[in-house]
Amino acid sequence: MSTQETESRLELLQGTLDLLILRTLIFGSQHGQGIARAIQQTSDEELLVEHGALYPALQRLEERGWISAKWGVSTNNRKARFYSLTSAGRKQLGKETTKWKRFAAAIGRILEAEEV
Amino acid sequence: MFRRKRNASDFSAEIEAHIELEAARLQEQGLSYEDARTAARRAFGNVTHAQEHFYESGRWLAPEHLWQDVRYGLRMLRKSPGFTAIAVLTIALGIGATTAIFSVVDATLFHPLPYAQPDQLVRIEDDLPGVGAQDVGMSVPEWHDLQSSGIFDNVSPIGGGDVNLTGASQPERIPFLNVTPNYFAVLGVKPQLGSAFNPEDHTPGFTLEVLISDGLWKRAFAADPGILGKSLRLDNDLYRVIGVMPADFHDPGRTAVERSTDIWAASGFAAAPAPPPLRNARFLQTAIARIKPGVTIDVAQSQLNALVAAMQKQFPVDYPLQNAWSVRLVPLKESVVGNVRQSLILLLGAVGLVLLIGCVNIANLLLARASARGREMAIRQALGAARKRLMSQLLTESLLLSLLGGIGGLVILFCTKGFLLRMVPDSLPRLNEVSTNTPVLLFALVASLVAGAIFGLAPAFHAGRLDLIPMLKQEGRASTGTGEQARTRRVLVIIEFALSLVLMVAAGLLLRSFWDLLNVRPGFNPQSVMVVRTWLPVPNDPATDVYGTAAQEETLLHEMLRRGRTLPGVEEVAIGDLAAVPLGHGWRDLNPYPLMLEGREAHSGETPFVNRSTVTPEYFHLLSMPLLSGRPFNESDNDKVPRVAVINEALARKYWPGEDPLGKRFKRPADSSWTTVIGVIANARTESLSEATAPGIYMSAYQRTPKDLAIFLRGRLDAAAIPVELREQVQSVDPGLPVFGAQTLDDAVSASLSTRRFSMEMVGLFALTALLLAGLGIYGVISYIVSERTHEIGIRLALGAQRNSILQMVLRQGLALAIAGAAVGLVCALIVSHLMAGLLYGVKPVDPLTFAGVALLLVGVALLACYIPARRAIRVDPIIALRYE
Repeated sequence: MSTQETESRLELLQGTLDLLILRTLIFGSQHGQGIARAIQQTSDEELLVEHGALYPALQRLEERGWISAKWGVSTNNRKARFYSLTSAGRKQLGKETTKWKRFAAAIGRILEAEEV
Repeated sequence: MFRRKRNASDFSAEIEAHIELEAARLQEQGLSYEDARTAARRAFGNVTHAQEHFYESGRWLAPEHLWQDVRYGLRMLRKSPGFTAIAVLTIALGIGATTAIFSVVDATLFHPLPYAQPDQLVRIEDDLPGVGAQDVGMSVPEWHDLQSSGIFDNVSPIGGGDVNLTGASQPERIPFLNVTPNYFAVLGVKPQLGSAFNPEDHTPGFTLEVLISDGLWKRAFAADPGILGKSLRLDNDLYRVIGVMPADFHDPGRTAVERSTDIWAASGFAAAPAPPPLRNARFLQTAIARIKPGVTIDVAQSQLNALVAAMQKQFPVDYPLQNAWSVRLVPLKESVVGNVRQSLILLLGAVGLVLLIGCVNIANLLLARASARGREMAIRQALGAARKRLMSQLLTESLLLSLLGGIGGLVILFCTKGFLLRMVPDSLPRLNEVSTNTPVLLFALVASLVAGAIFGLAPAFHAGRLDLIPMLKQEGRASTGTGEQARTRRVLVIIEFALSLVLMVAAGLLLRSFWDLLNVRPGFNPQSVMVVRTWLPVPNDPATDVYGTAAQEETLLHEMLRRGRTLPGVEEVAIGDLAAVPLGHGWRDLNPYPLMLEGREAHSGETPFVNRSTVTPEYFHLLSMPLLSGRPFNESDNDKVPRVAVINEALARKYWPGEDPLGKRFKRPADSSWTTVIGVIANARTESLSEATAPGIYMSAYQRTPKDLAIFLRGRLDAAAIPVELREQVQSVDPGLPVFGAQTLDDAVSASLSTRRFSMEMVGLFALTALLLAGLGIYGVISYIVSERTHEIGIRLALGAQRNSILQMVLRQGLALAIAGAAVGLVCALIVSHLMAGLLYGVKPVDPLTFAGVALLLVGVALLACYIPARRAIRVDPIIALRYE
């Protein structure tokens, strides 16, 4: 993995990491590294998740009661802390998704209008 | 929601797990283990930052930080024990002294009086402003009017003084109050043993029942539980003890003597030994009362004013309009502590200033230390410590210092409590209520925290504004302070000087007042005079009084005078009543005399009250009081001839201005015969050294029957032996007479100044402390400036500067600070001195001599304090100084 590869990726917009974490967890419980990998892969390696920022975000979500965590063992037999969505988190995801879609559509409309 | 967050090690473990997982993934892609781990770490970013982020996001962080700061702070304080000791000691002394004064102020001024619903209690004072008389007392019919007016629950007149308690090994003189049976009902206090008087008792004379104080019960009766029902012989009459008051009960009197009352007897004041209860016979000295519940003092006062107006209409002869008779309700607490309020507040202010100056001094020391610790702070900031954290760290250190100081102060206070209380004059009311209770402890805590905040803010503020680069550039050694810090330190020194000057001006003014009072020419000579008191009993039945007539008493007085002259060392003896003892009596011993002048009887309603003393012929000569005209008393001025009087100059000037008072006659309105003026005596300040002599008359002891006798002795007296020898002599005449209260007149004069002396000594002590602290402060700053400029001074010397001019340069800097401080202080002192005008005697609040003297003294101390570092500056060896950098 070269630095060039890293630089070409998109940095996450402020506030979107929480949404992405919640969305990733809808497929089942996952540990931090797994969440980071999943975001990168699902976005076709376009989005850069800075690992250092991921954990404070996980911590924040856990404190708000949207995700819960417990220690478990990963597929390759390593100890890891697994996060899963709570029902409050599921509701929050719904709200955030709608909000984001409206936001993206609005931005999109503006940008397209400018191009005309 | 509020459960403790995950602990930090759990979080670190998760991060470690992440890195392991990531490394494992990279290894799968073909990287070596080492490379994979490095890459995983790099991808993670700043691990420490994530950990700190985790750490600081917690709600439970504040106490954790605090604990960290406290531990670090304690370590730093331990590392510089010298500084810590000085700072803690300064604060300890400041907090200790402030708390000590506060505990007195708290007990006297803030606490409610220890009686039931004390807000409803008042003292009733009758004034006759039309004739310039205040607090003239009340008559029995007036008392009955007030009692039935519906304004009060109860009104209790109080009279009395002392009483002879006989039957023990020695007849004892006991402070005694003659009250009415509803006295204890007014105060709402119950005895600890037995019962109080029945408030409904309407016995016209004495009820022959007494209550005694806890003190007397323990002292004279060994706390005998069977005391109830026993008889006491008081002034030859037998009284039955019906109750013992609790130890913390004291009469709410205006003098220390009243407050130390040991016996309460009740009477209706309407039969012997009281005079006939006429409306204009104001012999009830004072009265206390309880206002009806729910009625405020203001409302009661307006109701009372209406009542007074109605009574003036109803009894126009007794209440002539010119007298402007009025009745005043004074909150009882005010009447007890009113006259010490100003002194106490002055003391609290003074000691608070000392504490403040101490704080400023420590702030200065802390700033000096902060510049030494500048590099430490800069490095910690460079390593990522937040400014906020550094500031709170420094503030924590300061608060630690002040709390340690506060604890030290309380320890000092507890250890010296007994000693401190002994320094307070007995005349201070409610002294027995002073205690270190919760409010006092709370005060100490708050004062410590405030002090810590005061001296901690400046250094903390500066730490928050450090400029990192120059700090870090300096190599290894302690940095010099920033320009801003030096400025702050100078401002602090100026503040210190200003505050010190205020205190010193206050102390100076009090000292000058006291000095002037000591040098007042009192008009009598107190030197080598001793006064010993005795008391002739007043039986309730006049028929049993063996000293009932002037002739009977004259025999006794002659015998006492004759025996007194035989005592060793005695050159002169005289006898007078208590009112004749200069500065040695209370306000109620004065026997205000309603003076009606012959030829001006038409204005009888205007009878002014004048002081009256009763003396034997030897009195004036013994006290060296010069006769201005006429003649003094002689042996034939007895009850076989018409009454004669000697008046003082003040009375002559006021009532016979421009006339010869000799041969003029006066009397009391109730008297049948006239009293003739036979002499005029020079004014003497026998009531108060600080007040001009009031009009007064002297009566011949052989024409009256004074009971409260004082025997005056002049000569080379043995102060220890005289009271014993005199007691033998007096009791060989009448073994039932108590002999007590022996004191030299010098002591009486000095005791009359005790409250003044106390506040002067205290404020003086505080002012000296302040001066010392200010001196230390300026010394610190100038030393610092000198050490900072060593290099520069070296260059100047090397270039040929005169050592003298270097000395002048340094001194000038110190002088500028001192003068600036003194200037600010003078302005503040002007305000303070006007506020304390009521405590001054003889000097004006703006006394140029005091102001100038104090300012000069302060500047002198500043120069001295600067001279030491300045000397160091001129001893600088240019070679060493140049190498210094």
